Amino acid sequence: MLSHWILSLLIWVPIIGGLITLAVGMNDAHRTLIRWVALAFALITLFLCVPLYFEFDPNLYTMQLVEQHAWIPGLDIGYNLGVDGISVLFIMLNCFTTLIILLSAWSHTKEKAAQYMAIFLISAGLVNGAFATTDAILFYVFFESSLVPMFLGVGIWGGPRKVYASMKFFMMMFLGSIFMLLAFLYLHTKSGNFSIQDFQNVNLTAAEAGWIFMAFLATFAVKIPMWPVHTWLPDAHTEAPSGGSVILAALMLKLGAYGFVRFSLPIVPEVHQAFDWLLIGLSLIAIIYVGFACIMQTDMKRLIAYSSVSHMGLVTLGIFMVFRIVGETHGHNFAHDEDALIGLQGAIFQMVAHAFSAGAMFLGVGYMYDRYGSRLIKDYKGLAHAMPIFAAFYMLFAMANVGLPGTAGFVGEFMIVLAAFKANVWIAILAAFTLVLAPAYTLWMYKRVLFGEIKGRKFAEKNDLKANEILVFVLLAIPTIIFGLYPQWILHISHAASAHFLVHVMSRIPAGSY
Amino acid sequence: MNLHEFIPALPEIFILIMICVIMMLDLFLDDEHRGFTYALTQLTLIVAAVITWRLYGMHAIVFSGQFVFDKLAAVLKFFIYLMGFALLMYGRTYVPDHKMPRGEFHVLVLLSLLGAMVLVSANSLLTLYIGLELMSLPLYAMVAMQRHVKRSSEAAMKYFVMGAMASGLLLFSFSFIYGLSGTILLPQIMTAHILGAHTYILMFALVFAIVAIAFKFAAVPFHMWAPDVYEGAPVVVTAFLGTIPKLAAFALLMRLVVGGFHLRFAEWHVVLTVLGILSIFFGNILALVQTNLKRLFAYSTISHIGFIFLAVALGTSAAYDAALYYAVVYVIMAVGGFGMILVISHKTEAENISDFTGLNFRNSWLAAMMLLLMLSMAGIPPLVGFDAKLYVIMALVNQHHYIIATYGLLMSVVGAYYYLRVVKVMYFDKPTTNKTLTTTVDGFIAASVNGLLVLLLGIFPAMLVVLCQGVF
Repeated sequence: MLSHWILSLLIWVPIIGGLITLAVGMNDAHRTLIRWVALAFALITLFLCVPLYFEFDPNLYTMQLVEQHAWIPGLDIGYNLGVDGISVLFIMLNCFTTLIILLSAWSHTKEKAAQYMAIFLISAGLVNGAFATTDAILFYVFFESSLVPMFLGVGIWGGPRKVYASMKFFMMMFLGSIFMLLAFLYLHTKSGNFSIQDFQNVNLTAAEAGWIFMAFLATFAVKIPMWPVHTWLPDAHTEAPSGGSVILAALMLKLGAYGFVRFSLPIVPEVHQAFDWLLIGLSLIAIIYVGFACIMQTDMKRLIAYSSVSHMGLVTLGIFMVFRIVGETHGHNFAHDEDALIGLQGAIFQMVAHAFSAGAMFLGVGYMYDRYGSRLIKDYKGLAHAMPIFAAFYMLFAMANVGLPGTAGFVGEFMIVLAAFKANVWIAILAAFTLVLAPAYTLWMYKRVLFGEIKGRKFAEKNDLKANEILVFVLLAIPTIIFGLYPQWILHISHAASAHFLVHVMSRIPAGSY
Repeated sequence: MNLHEFIPALPEIFILIMICVIMMLDLFLDDEHRGFTYALTQLTLIVAAVITWRLYGMHAIVFSGQFVFDKLAAVLKFFIYLMGFALLMYGRTYVPDHKMPRGEFHVLVLLSLLGAMVLVSANSLLTLYIGLELMSLPLYAMVAMQRHVKRSSEAAMKYFVMGAMASGLLLFSFSFIYGLSGTILLPQIMTAHILGAHTYILMFALVFAIVAIAFKFAAVPFHMWAPDVYEGAPVVVTAFLGTIPKLAAFALLMRLVVGGFHLRFAEWHVVLTVLGILSIFFGNILALVQTNLKRLFAYSTISHIGFIFLAVALGTSAAYDAALYYAVVYVIMAVGGFGMILVISHKTEAENISDFTGLNFRNSWLAAMMLLLMLSMAGIPPLVGFDAKLYVIMALVNQHHYIIATYGLLMSVVGAYYYLRVVKVMYFDKPTTNKTLTTTVDGFIAASVNGLLVLLLGIFPAMLVVLCQGVF
C-alpha cells in the first residue's frame, strides 16, 4: 500500500515540514521548538527510506515504486515517479545528509534559524524529486527549483562575497539548464511524450544527436562541474554556510553526474562515444590540474571545494570511459563487459562516498569557523591541542578524502583506476595522480591546521566539539568506515541498473564503430 | 430586437448601472464614508464575475452582430474583474493616503473596466473602437489624478498623446478595411475575398492596426511611453495601466489581426515575430539597469509582451492557447508585483528597489510573497510563470522555431538577473531600519492570496490550462 505513495511522501514530507518550520518560526520566541520540528521532519523523511529500501528490489533494473498522474493536460506532462538502483541510493543519501545538516546546525544561534532549517528541508524534497522522477519536464522542474533554496542559503547566511557567489551560482546553473529544457522539448517532438524511457529509444540523425549532446553537456557539465565551467563552485562553496556547502557537495553535484547517466548517455550514446576523448580529457584535467590548484589554496573551504571538482573528475572519468573499455576488449560479449561495469559502479560508489568525506570536511571547517572566525589555513596552528576529539575525527575524514584503504573513499577510486587500465594505460596513470595529489593537499592542510606548536593564546584553551557536533561526526564516520570495509551493499543495489544501463548504451552503438 | 439579446451583455449593463449608482451615491458621502464607495465597487465586480461565470459556455452574437460573447470574452472578462478586484484591494488605503479623490477614482476604474469589457466582446470595428476609447480615456484621467505632482501630469500628457496617436492609426486602419471590404463586422471582414489579395492599401491597413496594437501593448519599438508613464503615474494607477489594458489589447490583437486578417497570416506572422523578438531583447536588456521598480516592471512587461507576440505569431490554435495562458499569467504576476509596491507604500511611494532592502528582516511573510512573484516572473519552476514560458516555448519548438525558442530562453536568463536583484535586496541586504513593516489587512490578504496563487497555479496548472485550451 505504502509503495504507491512512498516516493511522493519522500518529496512532499520534507517540503511541508519546511513550510511548517517557517510557520513556527514566524515567532522568534520558538527557538527550541523550531529545531525540534525541523529535526522531526528530517527524521520522518529518513525513516521513510526504510520502506523505500525494503520495497525496492535491487535485482530488477526497471523503474520501481512507480506513480503516474497527469500533471499538465494537453502538454503530455505527467507527475510520474519511479526509481531504479542508481536513484534510490541518492534519495537515501539525500535524506541522511539533510538530517546531518540539521543536527550540525543545532547549536548555532544563526539569525533566522527557522528559515535556515526550512530551506534545507525544502531542498531535500526537491532533490528527492529530481532523483525520483521519470518525466523529463518534472525532472527539469525539480532540478531547477532546487537552485532556489541554495541561492537563498548562500545569499542569506553566506560569507563576505555571498552576493557575488550566489548570483554567479544561480545564473550559471540557470543558463546551463535551459539547454536541457530545449533538448527535452525537441525530443518531445520526436517521441510524443516526456517519458525519459521513451527518450532513450528515440532515433535521431547525427546532427540532431550532436545538438542534443551539446545541450545536455551544457547543463550537466556546469552542474557536476567539469573543468572549465567549474568556476562557480569554489565561490559558491566557499561563501555558503556549511550546511549549504554540504548539500552542494553531497547532492547537487551528483545531480549533474546523474543527469549524464539518466539522460545524456542513454539518449545520445553514439556522440559520447565519438567525443569520449574530449570528455575523458576534461575529466583528467579536472583530476590533475584542479588537484594541483588545490595544493595552493589558502582558504580551507576553497581547498575542499576544488578537491570536490577533482573527485568529480574521477566520477566523470568512470562514466565516460565505458566506450573505450568496451572498445579495447572488443570481441568479448561487449554488452556484459565487466570492466566497464566496474568503472561505472566505481563512479557511482565514488559519488556516494564523496558525499560523506567532503560533507564531513566542510562541516569541520564550519566548526572551526564558528569557534575562531577564520577559514584561512594560516590563521590556525596546533588546533589539535584545543580540539582533540575534532582532530581525531577530522583525520578519519581526511583519510577518506585521500582514499585510504579501509575508508569509503578508497573503493570508488580504486575501481575507477582499475577500470581505467582496461581503457588505456595512460589514462590510468594520469587518473592515478589523484592518489598522489589528494594526500598532498589534504594532509598538508591537516598538518598546517591541526599539528604544530600552539599559535597564540586562543588555541591553548580547550574548545572541543559539542555533543551534537560529535553526533554528526559519528553519524558520518559510520558509513565512511562501513562502506570502506563492506562496499558490497552499495554495489549490489546499483548493480542491476548499472548493468542494464551499459547494455542499453552499447546496444545503441552500431557494431564495428569501436 | 428582443430582450434575449441583452443577456450576453448583462455584465456590461450591470456595471454601467452600478457606475451611475456609485457616482450618484458618492455625491452624498463625505470623505469619512467613502469606504462605502469602495465596498460597493468591489461588490459590483463580484456580482459581474458571478454573472459572467453563469454565462460561461454561451456563444452569442447580438446587437446586429456588433457584440459577441464567446469563451475568449468570458475568460478575459473574468480575469478583468478578478484583477480589478485585487488591485482595488491592494490600493484601498493608498488612494486616500495620497489625497486622490476616492469617489472619482472608483468610478473611473469601473468605467475603464467597462471599456475593456466592451473591447473584449467587440465583434465589429465600431465596438472595438468604442471599447478602446472607453477604456483609455478614464486611464488618462487617472494618471493625472494627483494634479499637484508634476511628473504625474507629464506622464498623463505623454500617455494621452501617445494613446491618441495610436487610436488615430487604428481609425486609419479601420477606414481602409471598411473601404476594401464594405463592412465593419469582423466575421464578414474575415471572409471578405478582397482581403486575400496582396494590395498596398491592405498592407497599410494591416500595418496601422498592428502598430496601434503594439502601442497599446507597449511592444518595442512603440514602447517609449511605457517607462515614463509607469513611473509618473501613482502606483495604484500604474498597476491598472500595466495589467488590465494588456488583457484588452490581447483581445484586440486576436479579434482584429488574427481574426480579421487571418488570410494575411504570412504578413502578420513576420511582423509579430519581429516585434516579439525586439520586445524581448530591449525589455530585458533595459530592465537590467533600472533602479526604480516601476520602470523595471515597465521594461519587464515589454519583455513578457514579446513572448505573447511570439506565441500569437505562430498562428496555430495551440499557440493562441499558449498566448492567452501567458497573458493571464502575466497579469496575475504583474498585479502582484505592483500590489507589493502598494502594500509597502504608506504615505510615500515605495517605488525604488532599495525600498525593499532587508524586507525579510522587517516582514518575512511579505518578503516570501514577493520572492514567489519575482521568481515566477523570472520563470523559475514550479511557479506559474515557468508554466507559461514552457507553454510558449513548447509551441515554438513544436513549430520548429528552434532558434527563436533558444533566444527566448536565453533572454529569460538575462531577465532572471534583474528579478533576482530584487530578491537579493530583500533577503541578502540588511535593512536600514529594524522597524517591523506593518500592512493593512486588505493589502496583507491580497498579497498573500496573490503570492500563493502564483505558487499553487504553478504546482496545479491543470485548471487554468484547461480553461485556456478551450478558447481557440
